[in-house]
Amino acid sequence: MSRLDIEDLGISFGGIKAVDGVTFSAGAGEVTSIIGPNGAGKTTLFNLVSGVYTADTGRVGIDGTDVTGKPPHLLARAGMARTFQNLQVFPQMTALDNVMTGCHMIERSNLLADLLGLPSSRRETAKSREAAREALRRAGLEKLAERPASELSYGQLKRLEIARALVTGCDILLLDEPAAGCNAVETREVDDLIHGIAQEGKAVVLIEHDMRLVMRISSHIVVLDQGRKIAEGRPDQIRNNPDVIAAYLGAHGAAEAEAANA
Amino acid sequence: MSELLQFLVSGVTVGAIYAAVALGFTMIYNASGVVNFAQGEFVVIGGLTAAFLIAMGVPVFLAAVLAVVAGTVVGILLYRLAIRPAREAPLVSLIIITIGASIFLRGAMQMVFDKQIHRYDGFSGETPLRFAGATILPQSLWIIFGSFAVFVFLAWFMSRTRAGRGIRATASNRLAAALVGINTRWAMNLSFALSAAVGALAGVLSTPVTFTSYDVGVLIALKGFSATMLGGVGSPQGALVGGLLIGLIESLTAGYISSDYKDAAAFIVILVVLFVRPEGLFGKKLTERV
Amino acid sequence: MNPALRTFLILAALVVAGALIFPSSYYYRVGTLVWINTLAVTGIVVLLGYVGLVSLGHAGFFAIGAYATAILPSYGVPSVLAAILGAAGAGLLAAIVGRPILRLSGYYLAIATLGLGMLIWMVLSKEAWLTGGPDGMTVMGANARDLFKLVGLNLRSAESWYWVTGTFAVLGAVLAVNLGNSPWGRALRAIHDSDVAASSLGIDVAKAKSMAFTISAVYAAVAGALLALANGYITPEVGGFMHSVEMVTMAVLGGAASVFGALVGALILTALPQVLTVFADYEHMILGAVMVLTMILMRRGLVPALVDLAKRRRK
Repeated sequence: MSRLDIEDLGISFGGIKAVDGVTFSAGAGEVTSIIGPNGAGKTTLFNLVSGVYTADTGRVGIDGTDVTGKPPHLLARAGMARTFQNLQVFPQMTALDNVMTGCHMIERSNLLADLLGLPSSRRETAKSREAAREALRRAGLEKLAERPASELSYGQLKRLEIARALVTGCDILLLDEPAAGCNAVETREVDDLIHGIAQEGKAVVLIEHDMRLVMRISSHIVVLDQGRKIAEGRPDQIRNNPDVIAAYLGAHGAAEAEAANA
Repeated sequence: MSELLQFLVSGVTVGAIYAAVALGFTMIYNASGVVNFAQGEFVVIGGLTAAFLIAMGVPVFLAAVLAVVAGTVVGILLYRLAIRPAREAPLVSLIIITIGASIFLRGAMQMVFDKQIHRYDGFSGETPLRFAGATILPQSLWIIFGSFAVFVFLAWFMSRTRAGRGIRATASNRLAAALVGINTRWAMNLSFALSAAVGALAGVLSTPVTFTSYDVGVLIALKGFSATMLGGVGSPQGALVGGLLIGLIESLTAGYISSDYKDAAAFIVILVVLFVRPEGLFGKKLTERV
Repeated sequence: MNPALRTFLILAALVVAGALIFPSSYYYRVGTLVWINTLAVTGIVVLLGYVGLVSLGHAGFFAIGAYATAILPSYGVPSVLAAILGAAGAGLLAAIVGRPILRLSGYYLAIATLGLGMLIWMVLSKEAWLTGGPDGMTVMGANARDLFKLVGLNLRSAESWYWVTGTFAVLGAVLAVNLGNSPWGRALRAIHDSDVAASSLGIDVAKAKSMAFTISAVYAAVAGALLALANGYITPEVGGFMHSVEMVTMAVLGGAASVFGALVGALILTALPQVLTVFADYEHMILGAVMVLTMILMRRGLVPALVDLAKRRRK
């Protein structure tokens, strides 16, 4: 079942088409990967889908409802969560508080109760704390819960963002290079984490440069080059698609894909 | 009819001053991304320095040059002592720094000069010129043509000179500019210096008509902001048009509504622009990069 | 310990300690000013420290509270109700003006509040029939002494205002700390660090900013009402630009992230002019230098800097 439908999405910056008529769908329980060389427009595509940029053309649909042009916080309420390529954590908060901000939508609290510190407000905070601890545990960060986010490593912060996105209770999760800055062991953990998230029935959309990871966990791959979609299919189809190999993978990437295959 | 013409004349005169302030403000914003709340102080420094030098018997044109130099030096010091040490600071810190600098300069002027209101005679005498039933002070022509000359000079400087292109390159991408060998630090110094010089010059030209005192800087800055926002943040043409419009609106408010509330006109404009068209007349809609 | 309870205990102890050591009415009056400023600056902490927004016109809201308390009683409104109406009016104005502006970058709020503050000051100075104009006006109405007489305590006026303003400052601080540790408080602090991430988590950034702006305006207005009552006399300068700058400087100096920063900033910049007679002559230069130097040398302010120092020493 398709959760997220992108149709003919496009935007130009100063006359240059950064994303040009891209169409794809992401299904529940699947991992859909967006790959392509640097500057292909992958992160711009994410910013369009999540409402940070307003698209010039095209439509975005969530569960069959048109949500084109909606601001990010309404898309989040429609069930979309994301992480950021260049990290958007809250450095002055602890890791736990970072994740607790992700509970904003499920917290039932009003401003007055918050100001007065009423039991209802404290109960919501306690519930959020539990949910956040659970998400941290899943991301393998439970030991760092009380540490300020500014003390975490790059790879840990990437996973912190995933945990924060997870507690929103989203159905669609956009991950922008979650394995960047991770060593081999950590990459494996991220791999398991993403796999588990998809197993729960969420639609995962992934931007990633680590081809082994992409080939291993994707159900479906969309290849971008210069803002356009040049190919789409299952990992084995993409791996053997001559256009993709020519335009993107090149000799080095092909060898890497080969290695992942073996 | 002649009454309206009279209001238009005085509107264009003060509008030209606001345009000059807005231009200086745009220059610093484009080069560094800093919104300089101390911009109005340059105007006061120019006016007060000239007033004191003239009172001491220094010839008018020498006094004018010295006043512009004084403003320029303060502009460079502002950048070196307050802005550069805090570079890469979050936006809110930069706002606090330039506001702090503006208050500091206000206090310094109160010390160096005094708390009185000052003016001096216009450069070409005080005899009003008459045309079509309205009168215009010769100094108004100095202000209008002076501001226009500044605009033309800056346009030429930014597009035709090596230094100007350096500023523009630094503005669009500091790292890339540095990589191709542009001295970005120098470009920043230059943009603060130029912007302060323009402000001080506006002060020197306007003081015979508008008078000046140590504490009017913030109000002038607010008018400059209104002009900038009306014209569109970052656009030099917008600064010019916005400045003239604010001057006209203010003068018509004073003439037809209430002279008590002429200063309120600028604030109402800010609010209307923010409600209706935040990008101003000539500005582009900004897309933040994530 | 619960942070709100800790704040309550520390601040309440300070209020009591002041009363124990003050030798004369003069000290009580300065103490009253400190608490009024602490309350107003706590509002700035919510706006600047939690969300990261600067207002350069908060004196305008302060003045709305003060003048409502001064003007309305002559139309038959009791002082307490007048103060409440003033606070509500300031909050309403902040909500109306804030919403469209807060969709835009932080610079716009600074500029718009600068203008709004000047407009309010202008009205107060020019509409002499209502406000007494630049000379100011006398405030008739409630005296805190009567409040204490009800429970059989016979305090001097200065003492009774000290206790009342101290109570408001403590309550204001507790509310702000509660907010900081609550769901909405986390949303505000998230916006402080990243607008984009906050909105991706479903936080309506413009609405949350507007809430913080409104809350901080109410704080300023309540502080203004207290000043009007405790002083018995007000002038348009309570709504002047320099008063706005003073509030921001107090928050910046003490440390805008916490209510303790508000207290320390308010204490230093309220007490300094009393001790340092030349302060008045150099007021502008001192405030300006404090703002610039704090931002360059210890961006988070005095309280966090001292806490860091203490931690390092212990290690």
